[in-house]
Amino acid sequence: MNSDRVADRVLSVPSRETFSPGMIGARPVTPHFTLIAAVLRAQVAEIARNRWVLAYALVLAVLTEALYQLGGSAPRALSGLLNVVLLLVPLVTTVFGVVYWHTSREFTELLLAQPVPRRALWCGLYLGLATPLVAAFALGITLPLVLHRAVTPDVLPLLLSYLLAGSALTLSFAAIAMWIGAAQDDRLKALGLALAVWFITTVVYDGLVIWLATAYSDWPLEKPMLGFMFANPVDLARTGLMLRLDSAALMGYTGAVLSNVLGGPRGLFLSSLGLVFWIVLPAIAAARAFARKDF
Amino acid sequence: MTAAPMLEVRRISKSFGRTAVLRDVSVALPAGCITAVIGPNGSGKTTLNKILLGLVRPNHGHVLLNHQQVTGSDTYRARIGYMPQAPRFPEHLAARDVLQLVSSLRPHAPHMTLEQLIDAFDLASFVSRPLGVCSGGQRQRVNAAVALIFEPDVLILDEPTAGLDPVSSASLKDRIIAERAKGRAILITSHVLSELEELADDIVFLLDGTVRYCGSQSALRASTGGLSLERSIGALMQSSSIAIAPDTHRTPLHGTRTDEAHV
Repeated sequence: MNSDRVADRVLSVPSRETFSPGMIGARPVTPHFTLIAAVLRAQVAEIARNRWVLAYALVLAVLTEALYQLGGSAPRALSGLLNVVLLLVPLVTTVFGVVYWHTSREFTELLLAQPVPRRALWCGLYLGLATPLVAAFALGITLPLVLHRAVTPDVLPLLLSYLLAGSALTLSFAAIAMWIGAAQDDRLKALGLALAVWFITTVVYDGLVIWLATAYSDWPLEKPMLGFMFANPVDLARTGLMLRLDSAALMGYTGAVLSNVLGGPRGLFLSSLGLVFWIVLPAIAAARAFARKDF
Repeated sequence: MTAAPMLEVRRISKSFGRTAVLRDVSVALPAGCITAVIGPNGSGKTTLNKILLGLVRPNHGHVLLNHQQVTGSDTYRARIGYMPQAPRFPEHLAARDVLQLVSSLRPHAPHMTLEQLIDAFDLASFVSRPLGVCSGGQRQRVNAAVALIFEPDVLILDEPTAGLDPVSSASLKDRIIAERAKGRAILITSHVLSELEELADDIVFLLDGTVRYCGSQSALRASTGGLSLERSIGALMQSSSIAIAPDTHRTPLHGTRTDEAHV
């Protein structure tokens, strides 16, 4: 029996074209999609069993349950979760992403030593990092509400908004984490950079915007404020959720301005578009850094 | 008939910031030959390995496979098997998962069934166990399997026997010798000079990022009066200039072989 065929069966590897010794410039055809899927599958299998990811899901579930018990309804529980989502999701994603990058670096080098284009490998690693974190987030905030049978048709749009905003933040900050990992070889410096990015985007930025608004209160600031809002994915997520919640008490200053200027479907669309931009931009930058990096 | 494959770096230089790690280095790995790269820590061995694998891009110079330039390409790695030093596999994946993953990334399937692989590398007792709970020796066996199962033309082995028990170490060395007999070009880096003395045909001695000796082991040892490899290397490091007697028994390496040491 042909040993390759037996190996294909036993190792569940799809049959592929044999490499020709003269073939150096052209890929003998393992499609990028197959490569990405293989790396993604292995990454998900690894990260989904990581104790920190499981703890993340558990913490979110406990918080959701506690807020549901306190508020007595799903919308109140979700309102209470707003700042948890805006603070915890970027923090966990960035710190875990950077730590995982450095922990798995030697295995990444082993994968890079295989005949794999770097951009395809990066896509597999990125999606493999983000997918379990998105799943942990989604499970954490959804499961308690489902168990209480609180996901009614009128709650569903709000819950979906939370899931979309949290997923978008996870995808964005996972790309930022991989960018930091590729740019900074020193584990401690990379961790410090991750914490700095989190602190600036979640805390410092709004303070800066409020200070600007106060200092230049005589000026018409609506348009510059719009620009500041789009310059921070956390503000964009806050705005998107705030527009859904219609809850001024939980707004940051930037969210309040966007609500006034772009209330309604248009604002929701633009903030969503901005979040997509904040996923794509760091992803492109991180993939380029990965492709050019000396390992 | 296809010419014997050979991996080569030609006039490679690499700096990290202001630190020059490799300077005008040329090394060739001929088919059917085990080449040992020796040098103290910081001499550039790891960087040389990584340049051969495309993990590090050289500032100057080229990587050639079978005389074709492959610098910046990724497909040529289908012909290379790489065994890194002390691998840190994902701790929740099993050996089976890792082998399956690597198989998915290669353009051709492994040349053994999983059962044959388990026998050949003695993986039976832990093939389905998470690698995080496996011993260093067990992980090293998986590492060897990853490098060897695709029958690559070139093998790059970084401290291949580190962490292995004597039986597994001897078995791996036998396998490396068998791979040489099949015509593979093999590069080994190791700090265990007695191991290299047993395995290596050729020696590349790196010091401060430059090649100080590139030639056969027998010529090197003959030049130092038949000393062991360890003492010959020691003599190389101490001596400012040692003339190595030309080795007339072997075909010179492609392009860059020196039968004289430049110290």
